[in-house]
Amino acid sequence: MPPIIQVSGVRKSYGATVAVHEVTFEVNEGEIFGLIGPNGAGKTTTMECIEGLRTPDRGSISVLGLDPFKDVYKLQDRIGVQLQQAQLQKRIKVWEAVDLWVSLYQKKAIDGERLLEQLGLTDKRGAWFMNLSGGQKQRLFIALALINDPEVVFLDELTTGLDPQSRRAIWDLVRDIRERGKTVFLTTHLMEEAERLCDRVAIIEHGRIIDIDRPENLVKRHCPERTVVLATDNPIAEERFRAIPGVEKVVRTDLQFSILGRGDDLVTAVIHCLSEHGIRVTDFRTILPNLEDVFLKLTGHSIRE
Amino acid sequence: MLRGLWKLTWVEIKIFLREPLGAFGTIVIPVLVFLVVGRLVGRGLPASSLAADSFVQVGLPVLASVLIAVSAVLSLVTIISIYREGGILKRLRATPLRPHTILTAHVTVKLILTAATLALLVLAGKRYYPVGVHAPLLSFTIALLITTWSILSIGFLIASIVPTARFAQPIGAFILYPMIGVSGLFVPVASLPPVLRGLARVVPLTYAVSLLEGIWKGEEWSAHMIDVAALVLVFVVCTALATKVFRWE
Repeated sequence: MPPIIQVSGVRKSYGATVAVHEVTFEVNEGEIFGLIGPNGAGKTTTMECIEGLRTPDRGSISVLGLDPFKDVYKLQDRIGVQLQQAQLQKRIKVWEAVDLWVSLYQKKAIDGERLLEQLGLTDKRGAWFMNLSGGQKQRLFIALALINDPEVVFLDELTTGLDPQSRRAIWDLVRDIRERGKTVFLTTHLMEEAERLCDRVAIIEHGRIIDIDRPENLVKRHCPERTVVLATDNPIAEERFRAIPGVEKVVRTDLQFSILGRGDDLVTAVIHCLSEHGIRVTDFRTILPNLEDVFLKLTGHSIRE
Repeated sequence: MLRGLWKLTWVEIKIFLREPLGAFGTIVIPVLVFLVVGRLVGRGLPASSLAADSFVQVGLPVLASVLIAVSAVLSLVTIISIYREGGILKRLRATPLRPHTILTAHVTVKLILTAATLALLVLAGKRYYPVGVHAPLLSFTIALLITTWSILSIGFLIASIVPTARFAQPIGAFILYPMIGVSGLFVPVASLPPVLRGLARVVPLTYAVSLLEGIWKGEEWSAHMIDVAALVLVFVVCTALATKVFRWE
């Protein structure tokens, strides 16, 4: 199956500022693909080039077999878009926005009222846009992005500025979109969001893609370190821990030990050691690296900086 | 796409009427001013006074029309810049809506509101106005549409270049109100000082006023072809420039 989105050698600059240096990647049908990186890394620019809202200086893009520049209207009809920090008319009512959007697409739109119901907006259908909460606005934008039953949905910084509860609710919605067989392309600077939602992520910084893979593969590749933290008063424990294969370092503070090593087998090896020597522990937990650590490793700084 | 145009136009009308000063500012106030001024002038001067007749019969309707058109344009400039600043234009563009459909919808809203206000003025005038007016209303409406269209295109050009919504209204007013001053609306162009007379000749509103007054007085269209041509020229030039420099965000 050919990829749904193909981006190859795309470059985009604004005056003297190069927003996107050279970006190449593919998005497959039915996956949630995340473009992750700090603010200003070129995420939105890349996405807007793919949506046909901007024209790249160089490179080629194909979405659903269409050229976003030449076939922009044909493309708009088949994709759904949620823009970062978008607004609607202050005094447009929720149902009016849905009704208007329904009228804009050639394709037979899906039932707007049902969509509002699914997104928990039914009791807000007569409310003005300006009186909605941040989460309600985002849910409305998701509704508008889904109104034409699109084949690909673009979500730009979907949950920025939302409280954790709304964020989780929206993650569930995005997973639902995938369940319906759609392809989702999203950007985020939240590593937790990428880790929980995305099937594959591309890490972008300074307009260049550093690596692309499934989140767990990225972690495995770039951050193989594992740490087991446990507490025991057994005097021979430290010596035994040092003898475990794959252990690189054992740090002791009082009765607490941090056992550092590499590879997925470390945890099993530690548990084996405990049972073999009958070491009694009062605490046991593992610290596993995540995308945040991958980002730190690849770029030398935290994504929040 | 026609369906989208109609829906967008209708939604924009509703939204406009929900604005705190929307309907009141653009429709009620002009009608009130028209009635009050009409009564004062009509009563204060003897009925046979030529000055009063001429002002009430020709000046006032044209004045009202031009002011309505200009305020419609100012509000268009403001709305476009607010929509741009808020990312609303960009959001609309990320749909199959064609850019010109979005712009046409806004112009249509303004034309409809102008027409509605004017219709109210005519009704109010018929009911309360002391002086009998026998103007060719259909021709006048067409002349006013041409005028509004032309001034709207100036508005679009302004809307295309103003940096932020905060500047939209003042910049628009700064450009449009002096135009009204020299357009012959208050003082006939012929009695202006030479410098201003020269200015009046290049200001599009002068042609608008000349056209509107002429048609209102019952003159033939053929006598005002230059006015129409000037207004069309303004429309073409401003629209062409505006489409070149228009920014969506």
